[in-house]
Amino acid sequence: MEQEQLKEKIIALLPEAEFNVNKQYLDINVPSDKMHAFVKLLKESDDLKLDYLFCLSGVDWKTHFTIVYHLTSTFFGHSLVLKVKTTGRENPEVASVADIYATAEFHEREVYDLMGIKFSDHPDMRRLFLDETFIEGFPLRKDYKDEINIIER
Amino acid sequence: MSEEKKVIVELNENPEYIINMGPQHPSTHGVLRFEVSLQGEMVKYLIPHCGYVHRGIEKMCESLTYPQIIHLTDRLDYLSAHMNNEAVSLCVENALEIEVPERVKYIRSILSELNRIASHQLWWSAFGMDLGGLTCFFYGLRDREKILDIFEESFGSRLLHSFIVPGGLMHDIHPNFKKGITDFIKYFRKKLPEYNRFLTGNVIFQARTKGLGILSKEDAINYGITGPSGRASGFSCDIRKIEPYSAYPYVDFKEILYTEGDTFYRYVARMDEMVESMNILEQLVDKMPDGNEYTAKMKPVIKLPEGEYYQRVETARGELGVYIVSDGNKTPYRLKLRTPNFSNLFIMNKLASGFKIADLVAISGSLDLVIPDIDR
Repeated sequence: MEQEQLKEKIIALLPEAEFNVNKQYLDINVPSDKMHAFVKLLKESDDLKLDYLFCLSGVDWKTHFTIVYHLTSTFFGHSLVLKVKTTGRENPEVASVADIYATAEFHEREVYDLMGIKFSDHPDMRRLFLDETFIEGFPLRKDYKDEINIIER
Repeated sequence: MSEEKKVIVELNENPEYIINMGPQHPSTHGVLRFEVSLQGEMVKYLIPHCGYVHRGIEKMCESLTYPQIIHLTDRLDYLSAHMNNEAVSLCVENALEIEVPERVKYIRSILSELNRIASHQLWWSAFGMDLGGLTCFFYGLRDREKILDIFEESFGSRLLHSFIVPGGLMHDIHPNFKKGITDFIKYFRKKLPEYNRFLTGNVIFQARTKGLGILSKEDAINYGITGPSGRASGFSCDIRKIEPYSAYPYVDFKEILYTEGDTFYRYVARMDEMVESMNILEQLVDKMPDGNEYTAKMKPVIKLPEGEYYQRVETARGELGVYIVSDGNKTPYRLKLRTPNFSNLFIMNKLASGFKIADLVAISGSLDLVIPDIDR
């Protein structure tokens, strides 16, 4: 499906979607309260069928965080990028998509482990790489300080 | 019955027996811990614990320039080093909209395919050894040495080369490169039937792997299992066909797909991939343009324009994704590596539950996990 057609279908499903400038994929900002229902629609609708989540990442923008979802369809071949912003830096929380895409369960644990973003309704929200006793914070954040191991340039 | 006796009787009837497989274990091929709950010899459930080799590569990359990042990506999945380098180089080149010379594209694809064969040879050696056929180890590594000799002649190192850089290659290849490859293909085509005589047709091997650990296509898509493990279940995920890069648009090859999805067919998919890689290599070496250009014109300091860039590449184990967020400086603002082994690991619980411990070893061998790729 071409990008223009895809854009029209997305607007029909979710009128609040904002589009970003991106040369590679169709890039959508989604409000965080409507995100879970929208993603479920994307997977189950017959003309979109975005069934393969191939990347879930978190980005720290200093005033807020963004979770980026890269989705593609194995039936039609089109791809999308969804972005969800958190409301601030204190106690960031986003709905989990682990019940829609099974691979998201572990990608979300990694994002929690390294950036501290909690995912509500996640079946097993705990750290993945770092030890449970690691209390010094979340290393991938921009304000993470470690006097001994990290040299600031 | 007294309280104490009741508790003892309960424990005897429903014992929970948990053992650790790893972190040091010859069959996990890396530092990975499986917490296995057993009922006699049968696995009830299995929890993988990763993070023993977590080096913080994504955090380190936020303070390194783009040519410096190449040396770190080598060490992710060290058996597909060229493909990891190619992923980051292609991402940077597409962001800067630079076109590399045709000869460079051919050399990059030749190196990727050679690396794929070497990686599958090592996998075959280790898989056979895990199931008890120790001779497989010696045969596979003996043939892999021929490829490592080609690498050493051109690049100076056998495993981690950091040769594919943004803009082209580090330096030109050795004059014996093409001849080395044609000699190797002639040699290995005669040796591959030996491998099939060893394992594929072996009655014991087939009894140990057929019908074991069946992965359905829906599960493969849901869990993101890519590479030969996913293609053995019918999930058509070969990035060389979906979004071709480098010299893959110029060659003719078929995607290896099976539908059965059990351990035996994951094995057969990789053996067929080795044959297909040799066909691709012959076509590439034939069509490669002559000359000695090895790089495009690049500025001395690489700064990516503001924005986001994603590149997908097919490594020996699946789909590697590189996601770069740039704010205009010479270091990336955020670099995310979507590695194939991270997604492939977490299907282990579903596949191995209900089977015996010996089957667990066979299943994890057929998924072909490389642990530093999981932890980054």
